Amino acid sequence: MARIAGVDLPRDKRVEIGLTYILGVGRPSSKKILEKLSIDQNTRVKDLSEDELIRLREVIENEYQVEGDLRREVSMNIKRLMDIGCYRGLRHRRGLPVRGQHTRNNARTRKGRRKQAVRGKKKV
Amino acid sequence: MPRSLKKGPFVDDHLAEKISRMNASNDRKIIKTWSRRSTIIPEMIGHTMAVHNGKKFIPVYITENMVGHKLGEFSPTRFFKGHGHARTEKASALK
Repeated sequence: MARIAGVDLPRDKRVEIGLTYILGVGRPSSKKILEKLSIDQNTRVKDLSEDELIRLREVIENEYQVEGDLRREVSMNIKRLMDIGCYRGLRHRRGLPVRGQHTRNNARTRKGRRKQAVRGKKKV
Repeated sequence: MPRSLKKGPFVDDHLAEKISRMNASNDRKIIKTWSRRSTIIPEMIGHTMAVHNGKKFIPVYITENMVGHKLGEFSPTRFFKGHGHARTEKASALK
């Protein structure tokens, strides 16, 4: 079982792709890691030798910020924005788009599912 | 694209001057300013700025974390009061 940084890699995929299942490793960094360790990027994950796995683990855990640590850093950054009370922080607090997008329509990723308008609440 | 490092952070001259004068005399008065476009620099830490939002001055106490942001980011210019009937609750939640 290939387990790196607390994530099980898919056994049948090529390592180049397999590594991207780790949060914080995408295609470019995956390629860089494999190049550095001179592992063929076309090897299947299940075909990796024990030694290669150990070297992969070492590089990823020491040189890259992945998984929990990365998540923590991101949420700390957001928390900082919220604490200092700047515009971006306010947008995070209210769950609205942060980077100046329009909110008249869409913006559903940030706003979540549509809220049904409450009927019959209008004052006469 | 970010500003060139060579130029350093942008601060309006009148504001930078005022800050350095106040630092020299250890003065801690509230500084009224319209210069929302000025970057917060380390010299401003500990001061309270009243930043104009187009209508009134919002007092902002500058802390270390704010360095590198612009003054305007701390003085919102729009207040969403909610739609229709939900007005009263929403308005109080916002502040």
